[in-house]
Amino acid sequence: MSDAVLSVDNLEAWYGDAKILHGLSFNLKKGEVLALIGANGAGKSTLLKCIAGLLPKKSGTIAFKGERTDHLAANEIVAKGVALVPEGRRLFPSLSVEENLILGGQVKRSGPWNLAEIYSLFPILGEKRGAPATSLSGGQQQMVAIGRGLMSNPELILLDELSLGLAPIVIKDIYALLPKIVGNGLSAVLVEQDVNRALDSAQHFLCMQEGRISLAGAPKAYTKDQISAAYFGM
Amino acid sequence: MSLTYSRSTKTSRIAAVFAIVLAALLIAAPFWGSTATQQLLGQMMVYIALASLWNLLAGYTGLVSVGQQAYVGLGVYIMVSVTIYLGIHPYFAIPLAGLAAALISMPVAKLVFRLQGAYFAIGTWVVAEVFRLIAAQLGSVGLGGGSGTSIPGPVMQALAVNKFWREASIYWLALVLGLGALALVYGLLRSRIGLALTAIRDSEVASGSLGVNIDRIKYAVYVTAAAMTGMVGSLIALQKIRVSPNAAFSVNDYTAIVIFIVVIGGIGTIEGPIIGTIVYFLLREYFADLGAIYLMILGVIAIIMMLVAPKGIWGYVAQRWQINLFPTGYVVKEDKR
Amino acid sequence: MVWFNIIIQGILVGGLYALFAAGLSLIFGVMRLVNIAHGDMIVAVAYLAFVIVKATGLHPLASLIFVVPIAMAFGYALQRGVLNRTLGNDILPPLLVTFGLSVIIQNGLLQIFTADNRKLQAGALETGSFQLLPGVDIGYLPLLQFIVAIAVIAGLQYLFYKTALGRAFRATSDDSETAQLMGLDKRKVYAWAMALCLGVVAIAGVFLGIRTNFDPAIGPGRLIFGFEAVIIGGLGNLWGTLIGGVVLGVAQGIGAQINPGAQELAGHLVFLLVLAFRPTGLFPRMQG
Repeated sequence: MSDAVLSVDNLEAWYGDAKILHGLSFNLKKGEVLALIGANGAGKSTLLKCIAGLLPKKSGTIAFKGERTDHLAANEIVAKGVALVPEGRRLFPSLSVEENLILGGQVKRSGPWNLAEIYSLFPILGEKRGAPATSLSGGQQQMVAIGRGLMSNPELILLDELSLGLAPIVIKDIYALLPKIVGNGLSAVLVEQDVNRALDSAQHFLCMQEGRISLAGAPKAYTKDQISAAYFGM
Repeated sequence: MSLTYSRSTKTSRIAAVFAIVLAALLIAAPFWGSTATQQLLGQMMVYIALASLWNLLAGYTGLVSVGQQAYVGLGVYIMVSVTIYLGIHPYFAIPLAGLAAALISMPVAKLVFRLQGAYFAIGTWVVAEVFRLIAAQLGSVGLGGGSGTSIPGPVMQALAVNKFWREASIYWLALVLGLGALALVYGLLRSRIGLALTAIRDSEVASGSLGVNIDRIKYAVYVTAAAMTGMVGSLIALQKIRVSPNAAFSVNDYTAIVIFIVVIGGIGTIEGPIIGTIVYFLLREYFADLGAIYLMILGVIAIIMMLVAPKGIWGYVAQRWQINLFPTGYVVKEDKR
Repeated sequence: MVWFNIIIQGILVGGLYALFAAGLSLIFGVMRLVNIAHGDMIVAVAYLAFVIVKATGLHPLASLIFVVPIAMAFGYALQRGVLNRTLGNDILPPLLVTFGLSVIIQNGLLQIFTADNRKLQAGALETGSFQLLPGVDIGYLPLLQFIVAIAVIAGLQYLFYKTALGRAFRATSDDSETAQLMGLDKRKVYAWAMALCLGVVAIAGVFLGIRTNFDPAIGPGRLIFGFEAVIIGGLGNLWGTLIGGVVLGVAQGIGAQINPGAQELAGHLVFLLVLAFRPTGLFPRMQG
């Protein structure tokens, strides 16, 4: 598909000898948000890591803006415009908030995001810019992680479990900002445990079950029961 | 379907037969071999012992020591001092050296175990240096100080009635220690400690959570290896007669070569040290004349081995052809009825 | 006054030990690698300087202009070509490969230069001194060594905490996988770290060669002194490493005063004492 920003075809992936992903195929249109839902262990994070280039053992093709990326190293994929906000944030403890953000922009791609813009999106970070990144609260760390991802001015952002370990009110605040983050033609894949939130934020979704896609389409096209069935593999 | 469990495979049973034949040949060596042959075989036995013990420490227990020469040298000096000062017969000095090495290794272990990984390795080296420097200061107690000393004639003569039997005795002692070290390592690995060691090697965290007392096992293995190494050291004194601190505590002779042997032969396997010793002595036979270049070649081979075939010669062979001469695992067979 | 002088001289020699140690500390901090050939590389640099001085007639300190870049290039190539392949979860490969390197370097130097003692001649710098107090003479060379050690450590601290490269080092050291997500190529980051380490090694090697006679076999001793300085000072703290070097230098000086043969032994014993009673060192900042 020519206007697909991300195109995955028959993707299979292994951690060591264990096969995690089985023959996944899907496309993502430019400017859209794709939600990835599924139970723990379904392979959602693995899929994101695969796209980001962190999983060496794989077969099948991944194409970003029509160009194949499955043979590239993670640092090369970031330079092309794909950013991963990893599960659990994974901020650098030896770096301050600002240094974490600056490092996100290491790749030097042009675009709307820079330090000033990130600080205006997340003002609290501006206040705490000099603090060690891991000394912030969970929600604030998530903001740093998102900001760090945006600093590379990606065209595709992969958000892995934004709500992990966060209080409901904090999750609500972060998701309220999602439209601002994903504006400007930025495409996104969103992995999220909270199914309702995921489906509310996305135009399309994939439901994964044991490394396979059990259901795909627009959220409104399916009933709650159908989605439940796909989620639990019944 | 019923299953039978056994320890041995057909290959290991065949190997056992060969081993018995080989052992008989080796025992009879003083009768068919010259002095030079016995000396060579004796040296090989020493290295098989040292390599097996180092392999036990590094390949199985994760304790990469670059300081085992501390216990070799300790064994050397125990042999020299108890025979000269206490008039003890050299035969008895050997187990005494083992005991001394075990006792001294205990506080050493408590110290060096505070370091991890490569820092642990260098820490063991420092301890060996301390032993060497102390030995060099012992001139005042008649142990020759920096330039060393020799085991007196009468002590050597106490070994046996004449030259033939003396050489044979020293050779047989080497054989006992070499085969003894192999038997020790093999026995340990077949026991429950061996199972624990394999678990630790696979995952320290997981085995720790299963109640395996990692620290206690590491400590026990370190002390055992030290004791055996000390005994080998005391034998080396008998083989060489002339001792000096730099030679007795030589990191090149008793660590670098040992590491080379284990890496080439196959780390983490029992057969590896044997293969490695044979390879090392073959290389020495043909290339030692090249001097410093020869040692550089050994270094290059070791590096290439580590990068390309980290499991060594035997590791490759065992994996490729599924051979195990010293079975430590179990073989499960289905009964065909 | 004799003891005061010993302590002063010990402090100054601590500067040289800190130079030995700084590279070790840096590499361990960035990639958890301990290079067993570190001391041999210091000696190899001394030989390199020796060759360059002979060929050009330059003063040994001036030869640093050539020695430092050559050493850094070698470090970069070594890391990219060989050592990067050994990094992973297993401690054995880097340890054994660098041990092999140690054997190769020592014997290579032996083959080329023989076991004869060599020395770098620095003229007036070596012999000149001024009197701080009666009985306490401060040599120009030891003082320069100490000042250079402070400058190098200050430089490294600046680089680590105030530059983009330092940021890359810290991030890759924290989490090399996520660092890839920032566009950092960890193979290059590690190579630059080793290049930097060899730059410091180059400075240490030239000062070693000026200060004392050297031969191919003294490398491991320098590694051990550097290692002891790092452990005494505390892991992950470069200024701590300087203090560690000073403690070692003073301990050795006191030992030498008691018994000339006990110089090294005194240093080792102090190291073991620190290991026994303060195993994380005097000013630790990270875990081993």
